[in-house]
Amino acid sequence: MAGKQRIYKARIKSTQSLKKMFRAQELIAASRIGKARDRVAMATPYARAITRAVSAVATHSDVSHPFLVERDDVPRVAVLLVASDRGMAGAYSASVIRETERLVQRLEGEGKQVALYVAGRRAVAFYRFRQRELAGQWTGFSDAPTPQIADEIADALLAAFTAPVEEGGVGEVHVVFTQFVNMVTQRPRVIRMLPLEVVEGVAAVGEHDALPLYEFEPSPEEVLDALLPRYVRTRIYANLLQAAASELAARQRAMHTATDNAEDLIRTYTRLANQARQGEITQEISEIVSGADALASS
Amino acid sequence: MAQLEVDVVAADGKVWSGSARQVSAPAADGDVGILAGHTPLLSVLRPGAVRVVPVDGGATLSWHVDGGFMSVDSDQVTVVVDSVAKATTAAATGH
Repeated sequence: MAGKQRIYKARIKSTQSLKKMFRAQELIAASRIGKARDRVAMATPYARAITRAVSAVATHSDVSHPFLVERDDVPRVAVLLVASDRGMAGAYSASVIRETERLVQRLEGEGKQVALYVAGRRAVAFYRFRQRELAGQWTGFSDAPTPQIADEIADALLAAFTAPVEEGGVGEVHVVFTQFVNMVTQRPRVIRMLPLEVVEGVAAVGEHDALPLYEFEPSPEEVLDALLPRYVRTRIYANLLQAAASELAARQRAMHTATDNAEDLIRTYTRLANQARQGEITQEISEIVSGADALASS
Repeated sequence: MAQLEVDVVAADGKVWSGSARQVSAPAADGDVGILAGHTPLLSVLRPGAVRVVPVDGGATLSWHVDGGFMSVDSDQVTVVVDSVAKATTAAATGH
């Protein structure tokens, strides 16, 4: 009988230490979210300047650029998947992987070959377990991406996009990441990165109705040549930042739920332990009473 | 006197922002100096020094940049740089 009580006590203890761990994870995620949001805010002026410049070039010159035109000579497409390095974030990685699988299926249904580029250890493990080949992988930064990492990824994707057919060139680049809507909602999103469609920011130029006539130095083509890779890098960096903020928010929420569940479990086990103790006392009393009765009657 | 509104931004944050009398930057075809009223310009930058003369008469600010681009549009100057070495206060000879 005393064994039952001991089992409950042990369970309560282990659940309590789990709860402490969940709570710590939750607090860590919560404190990092602020930093992730700061990073988004820090990257905004650069992104805005680049976008404005690109749309200025696009509206003022009729130059064409390899990044802007569709390639129809290759059946290969690249997909970049941005997931997390660590678990304990609820369905965060699972849902973005599911979205990627759906996209891959759709693209393969259109008769295309998909080259997968993966960022985040969880997703890399997912594909390695299934023995699927990856064209590129990056790990170890998912909750605090740097511009350097974004540059590395963007360079790999741009190289694939500009490579000739026989060297594994791709005709399109898609990115699957998780958009940070707010602390409660994070949505997996698929965007087509290349070829570029420069639409955002064209209309928003401020108080001027007409865009001024720019002088391009040295020439519109070369300005575009310098701008577009930077534009792609900025977009990828922005996507990584969004994914990082989403990961942390998902982790915070998952850990909060886990803490609540641990509390519930502790409460249930405490009740059971109390019941077991009372049962034991009752049994002991009845044993004593019946023993005394037996002695008295003999 | 008209003045320039200058923003110097890098990928991971704003480097400097404020009003200036003059900006000089290493444009693709040679260094350019920008004063108020400059014609709209969009230029690629070479590695070199970007210098800003603040409007309040302070010392000239100078950064070494590895590349980037610059846009000038109705006295709004935006210098976008890839990487930037720490701002140094150059000897105020540009005045």
